[in-house]
Amino acid sequence: MKLYEISKEPIDIQAVIDKVIQREAGAITTFIGTVREFTKGKKTLFLIYEAYEAMAVKKLEQIGREIEERWEGCKVAITHRVGRLDITDVAVVIAVSTPHRADAYEANRYAIERIKEIVPIWKKEHWEDGEEWMGNQLETVAYPSGKPEAGDLDE
Amino acid sequence: MNKVIFFAHLRDVVGEEFLSLEAAGKTVAVLKAELAAKYDLPRMDTVMTAINEEFASNDEVIREGDEVAFIPPVSGG
Repeated sequence: MKLYEISKEPIDIQAVIDKVIQREAGAITTFIGTVREFTKGKKTLFLIYEAYEAMAVKKLEQIGREIEERWEGCKVAITHRVGRLDITDVAVVIAVSTPHRADAYEANRYAIERIKEIVPIWKKEHWEDGEEWMGNQLETVAYPSGKPEAGDLDE
Repeated sequence: MNKVIFFAHLRDVVGEEFLSLEAAGKTVAVLKAELAAKYDLPRMDTVMTAINEEFASNDEVIREGDEVAFIPPVSGG
């Protein structure tokens, strides 16, 4: 069973949840990231997600290790979809189980924020009047050293 | 030889998924600057680099056979 996956097919949400079931858990949190139709008033038609797959899986595994170090007794599974996604489609599912609920919420939030920092996956927005790879056009993110700094988590 | 992979807007500009070229002995910064000049790549100061699927600093030296990938700011999730 692979805990961290990139999937070209629609994600089976329950299958991701099932991977983190453990007798020690008192809580499972599930984050489901979906494709939003309107962003700042602009209508999205559909998205294309692309991944550097081998590295993306490694980075998801790294996030899992970071979580297991921070939250005791934690179990994590993440699947991210690639390819064409329509409005309301599921792009990512993160399941986290922990002995106590507070940790399950916190650890799950940590996972999605880290995905947005270090996992090599890109989305291309398609609008009625054009298309653009996201993540670059605002120029709000710069990496002076050429790679992300440890621990920057401020989104 | 080195496989140099491009993603997202960089792939659109270069027009190839990857290039095979000799980059051994060069730092990431040097290779980045050369390719930026040759292909007129935009916003390379925001682009990260991976060597063999792990993030690498601009001063890291590329070795023979290394797989280099340029990673624009990511937008998964």
